[in-house]
Amino acid sequence: MATAGDRGQAAAPSITVVLPSILQPLAGGQSILTAPADGPVTVAELLDAVTTDFAVLARRLRDETGALRRFVNIYVDGDEVRRLQGLETEVSPGQEVLVIQSVAGG
Amino acid sequence: MVGMTTAKSFVLAIGTKKGLWIATSQDRREWSFTGPHFLMSEIPSIGIDTRNGRTRIMVGVRNEHWGPTVAHSDDLGATWSEPEQGAIKFPEDTGAALERIWQIYPDAESRPGVVWAGAEPISVWKSTDGGEHFELNRGLWDHPHRTEWGAGYGGAAAHSIVVHPARETVHVAMSTGGVYRSLDGGASWEARNRGISAYFMPDPNPEFGQCVHKIAADAAVDGRLYAQNHHGVYRTDDNAETWNSIAEGLPADFGFVMLTHPRREGTAWVVPLKADGERIPPNGELAVHRTDDAGGSWKRLSNGLPTGEYNSVLRDAASVDTAEPAGVYFGTRGGTVYASADEGETFTEVAAHLPDVLCVRAAVVAGA
Repeated sequence: MATAGDRGQAAAPSITVVLPSILQPLAGGQSILTAPADGPVTVAELLDAVTTDFAVLARRLRDETGALRRFVNIYVDGDEVRRLQGLETEVSPGQEVLVIQSVAGG
Repeated sequence: MVGMTTAKSFVLAIGTKKGLWIATSQDRREWSFTGPHFLMSEIPSIGIDTRNGRTRIMVGVRNEHWGPTVAHSDDLGATWSEPEQGAIKFPEDTGAALERIWQIYPDAESRPGVVWAGAEPISVWKSTDGGEHFELNRGLWDHPHRTEWGAGYGGAAAHSIVVHPARETVHVAMSTGGVYRSLDGGASWEARNRGISAYFMPDPNPEFGQCVHKIAADAAVDGRLYAQNHHGVYRTDDNAETWNSIAEGLPADFGFVMLTHPRREGTAWVVPLKADGERIPPNGELAVHRTDDAGGSWKRLSNGLPTGEYNSVLRDAASVDTAEPAGVYFGTRGGTVYASADEGETFTEVAAHLPDVLCVRAAVVAGA
């Protein structure tokens, strides 16, 4: 499992999380966050890892119970995780995870 | 020669469905605006805290995508701060998640730093650090009635908090649940709804379950409070032990707003709406009604207000300031905001075409 404490070699396998522009100020201006991973991790573990230093960003994505906010969508290789196993969906090193706000509101 | 009195100015904060506007004025007639702050987030609650030698504006922010949070500004909105871990966060053992902050209520001068909040799901929170971190009130959260409290159209929330400035008495109103009172600073709570009708329930006089829309305390008479109910306007003179109707003389007994004078006995304002189906100003004629005798009679106030107004005024979309004479402010779901510098005798339009107005708060602040 990847944790924020994992600091692998430069070439170590990792998983990337791509943020929408509106959230990038909450990640120090970064558009891509990377978590080292030796093997598959769940989306929940991945979010824990990449938001360790960005508590406000973490709260924008999930509520205090850990649930993904209703209009936040997370895609793993093109599939929205709610159609997979939700936050328990496994992601493997080399895969890309997209965070996209859903089309909602008025 | 330098004036001998401290300069005062006025701040008016307007929370809408799509952001916050902040206005300042020297005379309550000409206003300068900044905003929108928090564009595309709704601002259902605002607290302006003028204690501690500063003006702190606290706002409940809710974004459809990114959820709710509390932010504060000590420079009239030029910059905003948000605690990293969030100011309001349900403890893990509750299994609950914050949905919306409905009320931010700075406590009395005698309790600097204390700020209360009411939220959805129905919960009351207390901060002792000026609104930066709040603790869940366990007494109310663990109340045996909680599983039977319901949700109004806008959600299930504690939306009114009234704290006695000297004693440990706290009144809370929730929709739906009614009025709850604590005599020990919030440690324990009892329903106090005797006399308030819940016509929409099988037993119209239950211990709790009423849909009280707003409560406010009389600043000069101990134990006297006023309530605007979902149909019904009431007063209590015995600290909420019993409530009696004061709706006679009003064109409608429905509405959301209840305001009281910052100092004067018996003075309160409501904004009646025709209901239950219509929920517009009666006949489309917008008017504020004020009583100066604790509900014995009401005076219709509409100077400066338009006819042909079909938008409602929500429970927190109205406020008074503490000046003399007191200012009265309110906004509509049509995005118009009106201000009166003479206790409602005359109104002027201070903003129009904003998104739905959810919350209005006004304050007298030091400095020009």
